[in-house]
Amino acid sequence: MAIVFSKPHALTDKPFHYCPGCPHGIVHRLVAETIDELGIEGRTVGVAPVGCSVMAYDYFSCDMIEAAHGRAPAVATGLKRALPNNIVFTYQGDGDLAAIGMCETIHAATRGENITVIFINNAIYGMTGGQMAPTSLPGQVTQTSPYGRDVKTAGYPIRVCELLSTLDGVTFAQRVAVDSVKNVNIAKRAIKKAFTNQVEGKGYSIIEVVSTCPTNWGMSPMEAFQWMRDNMLPYYPLGVYKDKSEGEN
Amino acid sequence: MNERVLMKGNEALAEAAICAGCRHFFGYPITPQTEVAAYMAKRMPKIGGTYLQAESEIAAINMVLGASSAGVRAMTSSSSPGISLKSEGISYIAGSDLPALIVNVQRGGPGLGGIQPSQSDYWQATKATGHGDFHMLVFAPSTVQEMVDLVFDAFDLGDKYRMPAMLFLDGMLGQMMEPVILPDPSSRPVIEKPWAANGHQGKRPHNIIKSLYLEPQELERTIIERFKRYDHIKATEQRAEEYLTDDADIIIVAYGASSRIARSAVNTARSMGIKAGLIRPITLWPFPVDIINKNVENTKAFLSVEMSMGQMVDDVRLVVNGRRPVSFFGRTGGIIPTPDEVLEQIKAINGGM
Repeated sequence: MAIVFSKPHALTDKPFHYCPGCPHGIVHRLVAETIDELGIEGRTVGVAPVGCSVMAYDYFSCDMIEAAHGRAPAVATGLKRALPNNIVFTYQGDGDLAAIGMCETIHAATRGENITVIFINNAIYGMTGGQMAPTSLPGQVTQTSPYGRDVKTAGYPIRVCELLSTLDGVTFAQRVAVDSVKNVNIAKRAIKKAFTNQVEGKGYSIIEVVSTCPTNWGMSPMEAFQWMRDNMLPYYPLGVYKDKSEGEN
Repeated sequence: MNERVLMKGNEALAEAAICAGCRHFFGYPITPQTEVAAYMAKRMPKIGGTYLQAESEIAAINMVLGASSAGVRAMTSSSSPGISLKSEGISYIAGSDLPALIVNVQRGGPGLGGIQPSQSDYWQATKATGHGDFHMLVFAPSTVQEMVDLVFDAFDLGDKYRMPAMLFLDGMLGQMMEPVILPDPSSRPVIEKPWAANGHQGKRPHNIIKSLYLEPQELERTIIERFKRYDHIKATEQRAEEYLTDDADIIIVAYGASSRIARSAVNTARSMGIKAGLIRPITLWPFPVDIINKNVENTKAFLSVEMSMGQMVDDVRLVVNGRRPVSFFGRTGGIIPTPDEVLEQIKAINGGM
C-alpha cells in the first residue's frame, strides 16, 4: 500500500496545543513540508516568538530557540551572522512582530538579513486571551477595545507587508491566507519561495499569513474564516508586495 | 609570550576579546564606551568577524543571545542607561543557560545621568540585572592589564558555567592608557558546546534553547540546578586582592577606579603611622566573602569607598555582620573621590578608635 499523506519529518510527534480550528497547525505543516522538500532540516534553526506559538520549539524537529517577546528578528540576526550557512527562520504573531518587536522587524528587514520570517496576523493577542493587536481592525471588539477599536484613540491597524515592501533591504514580501485549498497551495508556494530565497542567499523574505482566532473572536472555525474573508482581506489584500528574488540578485 | 604594548583601556579590552576568540560584536553607540565599538568596527571585518551596529541596546543583546545560541563567543558593550535596556536580554540569556560577555563602562545615573565615571550600577550588576532568580559573573578590574586578563576569564568561565559574565568598568579605566601583554589564547581550555542550536545535521535530537517552563515544578527544578552551580562558583571563584591587610586596623574595601584612589590613601595613612589596608574585590559576584571574612577578627573597622551613594557597602556589612563597624565614603554623579578625601575618612575612623 502506498503512503500518500504523512506527517512531515520536520514536525515532531508532540501534539499541538492549539485550539480547535486554529490555523497555526496548517502553517506549521507548510513550513515543515518546505523544510523537508528542501532537505534543510539538519541545518535549520527556528526562532519561536512569545504568543500562541511560543511552544513552536516543541513542534519543529530542527534546532529551535525561544526568543523574548518581539526579539526574534534580533535573535535570528545574531544566529545567522554566526551561522551564515545555516537556514534561520522566525515564526511570529502580530503582537510580537508588529507591536513590541516592530523595531527589530524593520531593522532586520532593512539590513536585508538573509532570513525567513513567517508572520501570523490574526488581528488579536491570542495567548493572553484576546486583547487588541496592532493589526486589529477599526471597530473590532476585543477585551481591551470593548467598544470596538476606536481609531481616534487607538490609531489604525498596521499593514506589515505594505510597510516593509518600501524598504530596499527586503527581497520578498507576500501576504497569503490558509482558508481554502487554493489559498493553502498559494501559501505553500510562498513559504517555499521564502525559504528558497534564503538557501540561495537572496536575502530577507517575509510571508504574512492572514489568519483567524476562533477562540478569542468567539466564532466557530468556519465562521472565523468567513469573518476573515469579509473583514480582514479587504484591509489586508492578499498578494505579492515585493519580489526582487528574480533578476536583481 | 606576546609583547608589551601601550593601549587605551577600551581598545585593549576589544583586542583582548578578539584574542579570546570572540568574532561577534553587537553594539549601540553610547558614551563612554564608544572606543570599544569603534575598534571592533575597524578590526572585525578584517578577520572575518561580525561587527553589527544594532538598532537598539535591546536588539544588540538579543543578537548576542542568538549568536551565543549558535555556540560562538559573542559580546556587547554599553554604559549604564544601555545596560538597563539590555537587562531583559540578560535575564533571558541567564534563563537559557547561555554564556555571553557584557561590558558596562559605567557612567553616572539615574536616568540619563551624566557621562563621567561612576560605580552606581553595583546593585544592578550584582543583584538585579533583569527579572527572576539569577546571577551573572561580575568582574571589576583596576588596571588595563587586569581588564585584558579578565576578558579571557569572563569568556572562559561564562562558557564553563553557561552563564552571562559582565566586565564592570568605569569611564576612567576605559580612557586610561597603560602597558599590557595580551594573553596567549592557546593556553586556555577548549570548552565544547553540545547544547548549541547550530543545526542537528541529522546526528542528534534537536536542541532547544529556551527559558520558558510552564510547569512550576520544572521551572523550580531548573532554577535550583542553576543555584547549585552558583554555590559551586561562590565556593571556587571568589577573587580579591589584599594590600597591607595583615596588621591593618582599618581596612578599606574598594574596587575598580576607587581602589586605585584608596590605595594611595592607604599608603599616605601608613606614612603617617596609621595602620590602613585595602581589600580590592575583583569578582563582585561572587562577592569575595571569604577574604573579607578572614580579616574581620584581626582588624578594627571597615570603610567601603565607592563612586556611588553606598551600594557595595551592603555586601561588606553582610559579611562583617555587626562584628566590626562598617562605614562608607563615596562621591557620586561622576565625581571621583580624591585620595585626600579618603585619607580624611581614615583619620576620622582612626581618631574615633
